[in-house]
Amino acid sequence: MSNNTPLVEAQGVTVHFGPRMVLDHVDLAVHRGEIVTLIGPNGAGKSTLVKVMLGLQQPNHGRVKSRPGIRVGYVPQKLSIDPVLPLTVRRFLTLTHRCSETRLAESLQEVGADHLIENQMATLSGGETQRVLLARALLREPQLLFLDEPIQGIDVTGQSELYDLISRLRDERDCGILMVSHDLHLVMARTDRVFCLDQQVCCTGHPEQRRSQGPTGGEQIIAGPLDGLAPYTHHHHHEPDRQGWCGSCHREEKHHG
Amino acid sequence: MDDFLLRALLAGLTVALVTGSLGTFVVWRRMAYFGDTLSHSALLGVSLGVLFDLNLNLAITLVCLLLALGLVALQGQRKLASDTLLGILAHSALALGLVAISFAENVRIDLMGYLFGDILAVGNGDLLWIGIGAVIALLLLLWLWRPLLAMTVHEELAQVEGVNVARTRLLFMLLIALVIATAMKVIGVLLITSLLIIPAATARHYVRTPEQMALLASVIGMLAVSGGLFGSYRWDLPAGPAIVVTAALLFFFGPHWWWRSAATR
Repeated sequence: MSNNTPLVEAQGVTVHFGPRMVLDHVDLAVHRGEIVTLIGPNGAGKSTLVKVMLGLQQPNHGRVKSRPGIRVGYVPQKLSIDPVLPLTVRRFLTLTHRCSETRLAESLQEVGADHLIENQMATLSGGETQRVLLARALLREPQLLFLDEPIQGIDVTGQSELYDLISRLRDERDCGILMVSHDLHLVMARTDRVFCLDQQVCCTGHPEQRRSQGPTGGEQIIAGPLDGLAPYTHHHHHEPDRQGWCGSCHREEKHHG
Repeated sequence: MDDFLLRALLAGLTVALVTGSLGTFVVWRRMAYFGDTLSHSALLGVSLGVLFDLNLNLAITLVCLLLALGLVALQGQRKLASDTLLGILAHSALALGLVAISFAENVRIDLMGYLFGDILAVGNGDLLWIGIGAVIALLLLLWLWRPLLAMTVHEELAQVEGVNVARTRLLFMLLIALVIATAMKVIGVLLITSLLIIPAATARHYVRTPEQMALLASVIGMLAVSGGLFGSYRWDLPAGPAIVVTAALLFFFGPHWWWRSAATR
């Protein structure tokens, strides 16, 4: 298979729950060694798209092609473990696949959570839970990684550490990464492509380069001290009077395809 | 010891062994109402068995299994919350069972025995039935343990990591149906769920792993059976309710009151 074949590709994916349209003819592909960030407002269908691409949910129309036999890692948006279920981090990491002590320790070290190994899952904070979830995904040595809002609940230092880790995964393992983020204007600086989703793919582009940052907008000034982040400007090709949520996107319009 | 008491003890301990460990999943997956629905439908099995002159144990098991399948099918719908749906089914099944029993005029049925259990009347045939049911249930539970635990923690994550979620869920529901049908003679349709839930909830105070919780829940269930039977023998208490009261006493007044740090540690 050629290097340009996507690891996973959504083609014309359409999903509706009853009369409510969630995804409308969405095309999205992730290639080897590529970081794709998916942004969009609440209810834009980001998580649904991830679930469809993971094969957890069938689209009403369209299809998802993924490379046969590919190892996939997944960090879901939410994990809440009822305190009535006694479960240590160690046990949580090996629920579906057993692995050696060394591998366990390594993966927890990589996400900076090695001190948590004997803790009960139900007592972890939101940020700690995210790290442990990421460690579980890493244990599978994924070739393709789906991260659904991986930085929620993690403080600023932790965020830049996490972004570093994600870049390293791409650099060292040539892993393809699809990351969902709810922040519309700041994305991970080392993202290769940004997809802005609101039922349809509203616009796509790249994060602004650090060198292009100047005293031009509030976002950039905020972005300055945040390591690993870069502003993303939404580019659209239509009249400014039809303003939508992200500057000029409009739900009734189809920009792509 | 009298024969009937020995049989009662054997039957009770076997049932508690299974309901204890299976009950942990009922508690973790918040399926108490599901258990109630299935157990209430067991009475319908009794009525149909009497009306059509079938082996009662067989009729109860079949009705429970069928209802479990129906519930799996109904889970996909989104219009009603599942507790509403289960509430409707539980009480209609119970009422339908009572109505159907009234048709069997010339057969004397000990309704109380089916509602609250009749452990002291367990015969050798029942004992065999309970034994077979328990062995199948325990083997199935062992086989399902890892995938079921993984999907209890996070269903989609388990599915991405290769767990066959649909099959595991179906088998688990059938497993609950089987256990309920097996336990009915001992504890009765109205009290079965308590043997699933109370020992598991009690065990949570003292354990740090899922497996410890399951094993301890079985032990606690067996203690409750022994205590209940003792009360029944000594003070002529109704056996089924006495078992549940013992379990409740262990839950409310167990040593965790003095030693309560384990669960939060």
